[in-house]
Amino acid sequence: MKLVINQNIVDLAPSADATLLKVVRELGLTGTKEGCASGDCGACTVMVSRPEDEAERQYETVNSCLVPVGQLAGRQVVTVEGLASDDGLHPAQEAMVSCHGSQCGFCTPGFVMSLAALVEAGASGREAVLSGISGNLCRCTGYLPIVAAGLKALASGRAAKSRHGLASAGVTHFLGQPQPTPGEGPVFSPKTEGQLGDALKAMPDAPLIAGGTDLMLEATQRYEQFPALIDISGVAELNRLSLDEQTIAIGAAVPYTRLEAAFSGLSEPMVQLLERLGSRQIRNRGTIGGNLANGSPIADMPPPLIVWGADLHLADATGNLRQMKVEDFYTGYRQTVLRQGEYIRQVTFPAARLACFHRFYKSSKRIEDDISSVLGAFLFTGTAKGITEAKVAYGGMAATPVRLKGLETLLQGEAVSEPLLQAAQAELRRAMTPLTDVRASARYRMDMAVSMFQRALKEFAGERLPLISTLDLMEAQQ
Amino acid sequence: MRKLPTATTPNALPNLGAAGKALPHESALKHVTGSAQYVDDLPVPPDCLHVATGGSPVAHGSIKRLDLSQVKQAPGIVDVITCEDVPGDPDISPVFTGDILLAKDEVNYIAQPLFAVAATSLEAAKRACNLAVIDIEPLPPLLTPAQALEAQAFVLPTRTFARGDAQAAIAAAPHQLKGDFYVKGQEHFYLEGQVSLALPNEDGGVHVISSSQHPTEVQKLVAGVLGLPINQVQCEVRRMGGGFGGKESQAAALACMAAVLAVRTGRAVKYRMPRQDDMVQTGKRHDFWNRYHAGFDAEGRLLGVDMQLAGLCGCTPDLSEGVVDRAMAHADNAYFYPASRIRGYRCQTHTVSNTAFRGFGGPKGMIAAESLMDDLARAVGKDPLDVRLTNLYAPGRDETPYGQKIEQHVLPTLMQQLAKDSGYYNRRAAITEFNRAGGQFRKGLALTPVKFGISFTATHLNQSGALIHLYTDGSVHLNHGGTEMGQGLYTKVAQLVSETLGVAYERVQVSAARTDKVPNTSPTAASAGTDLNGMAAHLAALKLKERLCSFAAAHWDAPREQVDISDDKVMVAGKAQDFAELVKAAYMNRVPLSATGFYSTPKIHFDKEKGKGRPYFYYANGAAASEVLVDSLTGEYRVSQVDILHDVGKSINPAVDMGQIEGAFVQGMGWLTTEELSYDDQGRIISNSPANYKIPTAYDVPARFNLRLFDEPNLEETVYHSKAVGEPPLMLALSVWCALRDACASFADYRFNPPLDAPATPERVYYAIQAATTIATTKEGESQ
Repeated sequence: MKLVINQNIVDLAPSADATLLKVVRELGLTGTKEGCASGDCGACTVMVSRPEDEAERQYETVNSCLVPVGQLAGRQVVTVEGLASDDGLHPAQEAMVSCHGSQCGFCTPGFVMSLAALVEAGASGREAVLSGISGNLCRCTGYLPIVAAGLKALASGRAAKSRHGLASAGVTHFLGQPQPTPGEGPVFSPKTEGQLGDALKAMPDAPLIAGGTDLMLEATQRYEQFPALIDISGVAELNRLSLDEQTIAIGAAVPYTRLEAAFSGLSEPMVQLLERLGSRQIRNRGTIGGNLANGSPIADMPPPLIVWGADLHLADATGNLRQMKVEDFYTGYRQTVLRQGEYIRQVTFPAARLACFHRFYKSSKRIEDDISSVLGAFLFTGTAKGITEAKVAYGGMAATPVRLKGLETLLQGEAVSEPLLQAAQAELRRAMTPLTDVRASARYRMDMAVSMFQRALKEFAGERLPLISTLDLMEAQQ
Repeated sequence: MRKLPTATTPNALPNLGAAGKALPHESALKHVTGSAQYVDDLPVPPDCLHVATGGSPVAHGSIKRLDLSQVKQAPGIVDVITCEDVPGDPDISPVFTGDILLAKDEVNYIAQPLFAVAATSLEAAKRACNLAVIDIEPLPPLLTPAQALEAQAFVLPTRTFARGDAQAAIAAAPHQLKGDFYVKGQEHFYLEGQVSLALPNEDGGVHVISSSQHPTEVQKLVAGVLGLPINQVQCEVRRMGGGFGGKESQAAALACMAAVLAVRTGRAVKYRMPRQDDMVQTGKRHDFWNRYHAGFDAEGRLLGVDMQLAGLCGCTPDLSEGVVDRAMAHADNAYFYPASRIRGYRCQTHTVSNTAFRGFGGPKGMIAAESLMDDLARAVGKDPLDVRLTNLYAPGRDETPYGQKIEQHVLPTLMQQLAKDSGYYNRRAAITEFNRAGGQFRKGLALTPVKFGISFTATHLNQSGALIHLYTDGSVHLNHGGTEMGQGLYTKVAQLVSETLGVAYERVQVSAARTDKVPNTSPTAASAGTDLNGMAAHLAALKLKERLCSFAAAHWDAPREQVDISDDKVMVAGKAQDFAELVKAAYMNRVPLSATGFYSTPKIHFDKEKGKGRPYFYYANGAAASEVLVDSLTGEYRVSQVDILHDVGKSINPAVDMGQIEGAFVQGMGWLTTEELSYDDQGRIISNSPANYKIPTAYDVPARFNLRLFDEPNLEETVYHSKAVGEPPLMLALSVWCALRDACASFADYRFNPPLDAPATPERVYYAIQAATTIATTKEGESQ
């Protein structure tokens, strides 16, 4: 396989689980660091070109420790060594020096890449900087000079690609060539569902990978080896995202970053939830299908999809299709109904659900970029004087995401009142028995499940109970 | 002879008189371009081997059988060792004994290494370790300070600092209160994990390149495990990707393991710990269980204090003697305890041996003092800041519980200044009003001081060395015993050398700490890196300057007093000479152009057994005011504003110093808020990855962060009259914890001291609010 690393076309024959991080370091590009090999620290951040943007090449940041390099045929990777040019340092690098943004320097290349990606995308403002570096951990500086450097670099308005091009003429020519045919190398990258079907038949044991933000931990944390992988991230049908007046349809391979843009203006609770789901690097790679298929009881997408009444569409290699509610997809701890050779195609739900009152609440030790201890999703229709329909779902409260049908029934037709809140609380405490683990105690999980429910119902009744994560503290001070 | 090279042109040397300037970090350009090399970035020979270890599955037990036959046959495995294969002494303890390179007979914590493998790749090494058959007979473990106290299990004897009869003073006081809370430890989470590379040499010794704060100790312990004289081992440290105390004693095990395998195989051996191994196998900040009993008057003035600080040391002493000593010596923080008894317990548990972490026990003692101040204030119904000011050390009330007199009374002025600058009293009034109105959100505010003693409490460590060479083109090579871990030590020392020599900063090239350049060094720790190494380098530079000036006087026939070097020029009787020309002339006239400097800190002494003396040369001071906003529905919170005024003496580099203060504050805030070190009931560390151990992100840093340096020179004769800055500002973050407790107390109208163990996770804050609300409801019920 061939790809471009900085300005060089590189020909590789990697194993399926060879990460981009390992490959660039073995090529001598040791500026990219391993801090955790689990996508949590961002020291290995690099920029990767997005294949779909042909008019103007766009770059996104990824954690190179979780990307099998075999997924990147025909793409360009920019590492910290590829940022500076004959014209000098990239504005992100310049600003990091002048603002004293590095101390030990180990996390610095990752921050430089995240900031450079913002500069290249023409981003502006403090929130953009925070969001852009939310997946980069620094243990020395306390972030203040890095945020200052980010603001300074963005204010410079000097994107490198407009000056001299992150991709040179030769590289651009290469990147403009047709993608290599699927089947080359141990990472098989079908472009259509037909090709995917062929791959599933040919390699029935090969795991499916899209963003790899969970699967690759098997390789980097548990030293498992994958002889082959089927990469579904480029399958056209699975990348469709359609938001028409009737139906919302989200392809399984759609990453969170695209969802954030899609739900902007449609569902503020979903946008707020996505902002707390992982970091920018993770959201650039992680997909809705992966979040569902990995079967985790603390995945953030299932509870919202459950209350939206979403259907999961599954397919297999021979084109057999089936469909089910999200809550029926899970059969036990990390167990789903997926059969061998079967995959999630898409998630759909009626667009009208977006107009209903809904709230998604997340509890975690650290507000941003943390795994949920409890996630509550609530949807109510009708009025406070008479609830027509209630949908309640939780993550983190049982071995699977759960929908609380008993509670939904209890609420139906009722008016919001103190006795109703009490009755609902009793039902919540009866229906769920959470566990204590590293993220929270069983007691706190239960209390938060109750608190989230009450908050949602009170908001439905017109009370204003904003989330602290959404407050603008600069404003709140006034 | 060969022609001497021409001098560097002076116009490329803009930084004259470099000390005091906010210069960038010496490696900043290399950091941002990715060219700064860390141990794992260095090119290695193609046959380099990689190390992994197999660890104990139980916290406490005796080893019955260790069958490594499958491990030895695994793909890529070149060598496998157990304790018996260590040629020298397998004990690698830094001070006492008990830290064994590979366990023998018994195991004392989960993941304690039992054997090590060297393989052709890290992955092969890790996979092979899973193939061991391990049979250990489990024994009951001790896992908490309470269990250890009950069993009287201590790694070292208990010590007491006592003055007067504290219990009698408390009993006689008009009011009394008690406190009891638990403060968890902290994972260092340096971004670069532990790593060492051992290269065997032709003499049977090794060259070790390590990420270590203490190259001399690595050298000594590597020689020990190999059974070689120390001169057969060299240790080199160019930079670390963060240390924070975690690479003071903990780096040695990796170096020793790599060295043993390197000498056995004759190949280069690298031992880099993957993050998860690092998080479960290396020591952390100690947990502490703190209890106190205090007597005070109606003004909230303390009359007697009795404190018990029980540190969770883990299975061996490691550095816990000093850590608990420092906790005890900071249990007063900035306050005068007229009669006092402070007892420090070094609890032995079957957990990984805890170690140095920025503050070195100081934060654990100080949090007791700050908790006590808030308790006092609520007991007497006064503003906590007023109670703090009332109890501050002052002339006449100036002796610490360990007998050192406070000579520089910086804090009364500094705290008043910060109260004014931050608008503390107005904000306090507004917050009280905001909270009285009730509602979903509450605010909390706290202004807390830090007084931190500077010097190693082990007096002999307060020494340092430096080596400076001048070359004939006027360039300067600087070496000293300190290590660079991001704190800017190399930048500051280079600035000092530039200042002292009178030459441009750009002439000075810093270089890696190496045990064969400057020997017998102390760890770069205790915030003392610049004080010690900066002074040694200054003294070496002074020697060279004096030599050059004397030579110049003789050479150009001028009186000595009319010769000086400044602004990168040599002035000889009013005439400017080029510095490089002077060096070249000195060389041609056979003047030695290399000098060493040696420094030992004056005035200090401490009798550990009596708990009396002057352990610290001076104190560094600071104060922070933090405001928080708390959501009562969840316990979630944001730190909305921080104001800091901090005393670094005369700053050698304000940018570096401010970077240390900001970074330390946020690291301390992490310790007290989101970072939760957790063990399960078997003693297994379950916060074993950044996925479940959450250090702050950029979002957690308050948008309003106002930092100023308190601009007063150190009255002691420190280098440039500066003060140490590495550790002290970490404890400024206690203001965040106090502010959270303040917000929780508002639910009981500030008449109740909410229990709030640290870290104050949203969960703990939620239950502190619940406790305060319950008290408030009960009190209302009683009064009706």
